Amino acid sequence: MTLPLLTMLLIFAGSIFAGMLGALVGLGGGILIVPMLTLFFGLPIQYAIGASIIAVIATSSGAAAAYVRDHMTNVRIGMFLEVATTTGAISGAFLAGLLAPQLLFVIFGIVLLISVLPVIVKLGEELPQRVHSDRLASWLHLSSSYPDRRMGKEVAYEVTHTPYGLAMMYVAGLLSGLLGIGSGTLKVLALDTLMRLPMKVSTTTSNFMIGVTAAASAGIYFARGDIQPLVAAPVALGILLGALLGARVLNKLSNRTLRLIFIPVMAIIALQMVLRGFGIGL
Amino acid sequence: MKVQIKEAAMKAEPMFTSQKRRGVDTASIIGWVLQGGVIASATVIICGLLLSLVTGTQTYTMPTSIEQFGSSLFTFQPQAIIILGILLLIATPVLRVAISIFAFWLERDLKFVVITTLVLLILITSFLLGKGGA
Repeated sequence: MTLPLLTMLLIFAGSIFAGMLGALVGLGGGILIVPMLTLFFGLPIQYAIGASIIAVIATSSGAAAAYVRDHMTNVRIGMFLEVATTTGAISGAFLAGLLAPQLLFVIFGIVLLISVLPVIVKLGEELPQRVHSDRLASWLHLSSSYPDRRMGKEVAYEVTHTPYGLAMMYVAGLLSGLLGIGSGTLKVLALDTLMRLPMKVSTTTSNFMIGVTAAASAGIYFARGDIQPLVAAPVALGILLGALLGARVLNKLSNRTLRLIFIPVMAIIALQMVLRGFGIGL
Repeated sequence: MKVQIKEAAMKAEPMFTSQKRRGVDTASIIGWVLQGGVIASATVIICGLLLSLVTGTQTYTMPTSIEQFGSSLFTFQPQAIIILGILLLIATPVLRVAISIFAFWLERDLKFVVITTLVLLILITSFLLGKGGA
């Protein structure tokens, strides 16, 4: 398929914003990319989803290079939990034919909506208090520290409920295998609400992990011809630029502000899921 | 004065990280792999886009085999070059996992060598199954 130059420039501009937001909240740019391409540019949904898979990978790799070197990302936690997300995804791919995706979208959407509550409750909390590493976290040396430029100090943190976090990551992987979504929201929730990491570490570690998730599913979308070069190219370049900008902004924000940005984004994703379950594609 | 001390502290290496440091650390190796992959893929995509502007938009059917893709690439078809750039982007996170095995091994962190190898094996399995997701 071919696109006019102006359309490609507009897609590029929109993708910069999606990349910035995605890099901050630890999700792929999919929630913005898909509606932008379908509603605004009138592209077929499968090309939009194909481009959004590329967007997730670009958001992840583009921002992660900076986050990892700044020691914002907890690489060890990310790597360890990827065992669960990848295993979950394979199981999900096998279950895909057995379960009705519509119902799953509705259930997942409602679960996400309910999960917004604990995040709202913790809105005022800048850093998690009184967290003690569990045995698994201690054994794997998961606790670490990150330099918080906003507070102007190195913030040490502990990691708790690691086995539960691992279980939730399995579910996140299962859902991405079943529904073909990135499930970055569940990853951030598991890291923030369950394992009690500081919000910045949660979003950057989720951002680190979603690239691997999406890379594995990109193959099928490619084989199906859903990844159209002239759509994916401006998306990829815009997202990469946006993610780089987002990575520069993150450390200037407080954990509280980051949570404030995350909540409405998560609520919109939840509503999108429910609507998709009822056959309304956005 | 107080601010200056804080600034200096910020520039210093993180104080409490559990990662051992022996010249090269896992974080910087992973950082370089990601940055290299991103720069390479962006460069190739930009070249493809520029070429498509020069030659004008032309019909292009998505290649269905590696041979077909290869021949469209060697005849410098703009969309084939863009696809190559996108493939480089997709390969970046996978390469990151593979390189991490080596990085953890340099740190003599055997638990994480095993964990990361496991992730790579699961990833390869999911590619081979061709069922997607991960």
